[in-house]
Amino acid sequence: MTWADRSGQEERRAGELTAWELVRWAWRQLTSMRTALILLLLLALGAIPGSVIPQRGVDALKTQNWQDAHQTLTPIYERLGLFSVYHSPWFAAIYLLLMVSLVGCIVPRLFVYWRGYRQQPPAAPRNLTRLPDHAAYTTDEEPHVVLERAARHLSRGHRLATGDGWVAAERGQLREAGNLLFHLSVLIVLVGFGIGSLFGYKGGVILVVGNGFSNSLTQYDDFDPGALFSADKMEPFCFTVHDFGVQWIDSGPRQGMARGFQAPLTYRESCQGDRSTWSPEKSYDLRVNHPLTIGGTQVFLIGHGYAPVITVRDGQGHKLYDGPTVFLPQSANFESFGVVKAPGRTAGHDIALEGLFYPTFALINGDPVNVMGDDRNPTLSMLAYTGDLGLSSGVPQSVYTLDKSGLTRLDKPDGKMFRVDLQVGQTVQLPDGQGSVTFDGVRHWTRLQISRTPDVWLTLLGVCLALLGLLGSLFIRPRRVWVRARRSDGTTLVEVAALDRSGGGDLAPVLSSVVDSLQQARKGDSAPAEDVRRTEEETRA
Amino acid sequence: MSDANWADLSNQAIGAAGVVYFLALIAHLVEWSALRTVPVKAAARVAVPAGTGTPPTDETAAETDASDESTRFRIDMFGRLALMLTVIACAAHFVALLGRGMAADPNRVPWGNMYEFTVSGSFVVVVGYLLLRKRFGLAWMGPIVTSLVLVLLMVAVLWLYSPVEPLTEALNSPWLVIHVMSAIIATGAFTLGGITSALYLVRARAEKRGEATRGYIARLPSLTVLDRVSYRIHAFAFPVWTFAVLISGPIWAHQAWSTYWNWDPKEVCAFITWVVYAAYLHARATAGWRGRNAAILALVGVATLWFNFIGINYFSTTSQHSYASGAPAVSLRDR
Repeated sequence: MTWADRSGQEERRAGELTAWELVRWAWRQLTSMRTALILLLLLALGAIPGSVIPQRGVDALKTQNWQDAHQTLTPIYERLGLFSVYHSPWFAAIYLLLMVSLVGCIVPRLFVYWRGYRQQPPAAPRNLTRLPDHAAYTTDEEPHVVLERAARHLSRGHRLATGDGWVAAERGQLREAGNLLFHLSVLIVLVGFGIGSLFGYKGGVILVVGNGFSNSLTQYDDFDPGALFSADKMEPFCFTVHDFGVQWIDSGPRQGMARGFQAPLTYRESCQGDRSTWSPEKSYDLRVNHPLTIGGTQVFLIGHGYAPVITVRDGQGHKLYDGPTVFLPQSANFESFGVVKAPGRTAGHDIALEGLFYPTFALINGDPVNVMGDDRNPTLSMLAYTGDLGLSSGVPQSVYTLDKSGLTRLDKPDGKMFRVDLQVGQTVQLPDGQGSVTFDGVRHWTRLQISRTPDVWLTLLGVCLALLGLLGSLFIRPRRVWVRARRSDGTTLVEVAALDRSGGGDLAPVLSSVVDSLQQARKGDSAPAEDVRRTEEETRA
Repeated sequence: MSDANWADLSNQAIGAAGVVYFLALIAHLVEWSALRTVPVKAAARVAVPAGTGTPPTDETAAETDASDESTRFRIDMFGRLALMLTVIACAAHFVALLGRGMAADPNRVPWGNMYEFTVSGSFVVVVGYLLLRKRFGLAWMGPIVTSLVLVLLMVAVLWLYSPVEPLTEALNSPWLVIHVMSAIIATGAFTLGGITSALYLVRARAEKRGEATRGYIARLPSLTVLDRVSYRIHAFAFPVWTFAVLISGPIWAHQAWSTYWNWDPKEVCAFITWVVYAAYLHARATAGWRGRNAAILALVGVATLWFNFIGINYFSTTSQHSYASGAPAVSLRDR
């Protein structure tokens, strides 16, 4: 995981570079490494506000609420872009700089690695005892015998080089390859992430069970396209949700909780043009965690709720409004809020309803209470209004809120508040002969998220390669081992030294295994040699 | 056994594990207080098994008077007793986890909520300590690990406890096993690495002031060894964390929430933790950042890790990972 570790330093020896080159090279290494580190820390620091302050792109409603509650902080935060940190220029500056630094480091190192891969391991240093990890022993064998044995022993898993009185072995070069792979994969991930968010889209739609959906912009309730998204890339599928099933838990600690959501649907991959050219119908059981994939687009079940079927008539008995009306759940037990807007046959005679839907209604101590989320005793409790809904003004309105500026609330003749309290099948007459409201039944709605993330496999491939590279760069131990043998005073002095280039290795076992194998082969040959092995572990900083 | 029986067993086992960890902590304290009377050099052999880097000394025959012999015996005995108690407590800890899993209907992995995650995470800390004890010579970590796990279990039982419940629908996926298990393993390992890094700083400070000759600090492994052990633990934990946060997490998010990266507070915080640990690994290879600064980064990493785990669940209201409160079974992101 090193941006530019010290590998280069040891491969070059003094004299190969001019002083200026050396200074420039050292400076570049030093700064890029440190810059990379500091940029990494800045990236972490910069991401913090995004995890603490509500983000507009994640939850617009929560952000709005937060802004309403913090009037003084909001303008400051707004200026700093803290409500959409990940799209703010300063955050982009950090990661772009990091990318530049990464590319600037990785590309030259790729070439260094490419050139260095076929090179022979460097010759043994003259004085092996100067290295922090070394061992030595004396023997009466000839130096070339010892060196041959050393070469044989080290040839397993090492690249070898031999010279006059020494053997050099090197292993673990793939560590740097892993390192490079990791950093290159980070670039792949970013490219994949970029493609996905630039060309992709996600949208949501609330679909009452029984209704169909065809994939075009107008059908969505909310739509969040990437910057380079184009609508003609949308796949022309269509589907119909036929049912919605949910199991409610009646007992135990999670009583009242729901599970096993299912939305069986039928879909066609293409619904373009004439009906005869449509692709064949297929069916799918849409569930949480089990999205439906159509081509490159996926359909997710992410929510559900109730749509009471309500009929509104005016004083003359004309039907002004009928059909399922989507009510939005207010809490986990699906007490839901909704609005009915029934335009009148003449201007100024619109009828509006606003209020609550209780799936399982009960009166406890005179208070209306919703017992659970299942629709076991569905009940409506709404207030009624008449007047002008303002629909003709052309200003777009939310179907979930009521603009009461042109409306007056209907009260009982005695001035008390009038409520439309209905159970399924019941009808209530509005005061003053204004009309009637009927509660015909209840249907489910499902909230579906539909999204397309092009080239998602590229991102996945990138992360998997990154992990692979990471494993290589962390667990492959690059190591050099040198053996020197020389004859003096009738005995042979054998010196062994090892160098760990990862900075995390423990070389004592390596050294002892090399020395043991060198000595073992001649066991019984002669008296055991005097062992002057020594490790200077403690002196290493 | 019925589900209720399993749940009772789990609760009793966690209590038992807590008590036995406490006894193990006391045994460790006796061991270390007895060690205070033994000179550091001589004690090194007793308290810190080989491989910790303390150079083997050749003064075995040096001190052999009677009082010393009995002290050494006491150190030895209480050290072993503490280890045995830790193993027993760890077994009870395992039973508690098993019971949580078996008590749910249908049976499931025991990490569906904060309480279970904390119990599982502390279990990984203990198992990691026991497994690496011999290899990395972590005997000196005994008192710290037992006290930390004891505190974690107390926090879990007192503040985070919730009765056994079936999984919420969104959690009902094979990725729960893969994603959360890797997160738990990484959390446990990072916590262990945090302990070694903290001790590195403590020892480095004591050495600077010339106080590293007495007491507990003197019996810690050398700075080199502490640094290497913490690097190895982090080098293990980091790829696991990468897998949990940047591979299995996004795959699951893609399946359950339709986008593989939502900038959800928990995702962001996990990413911050990842970046901090990446910086730690970088720092170890950067001149001037090695050692002390790297250890500080490791501690920052642990802080973000645990803030992410506990803090985000309580402070952030927008996180889809907020399992602390009874969120709606299927989250509604509506206006």
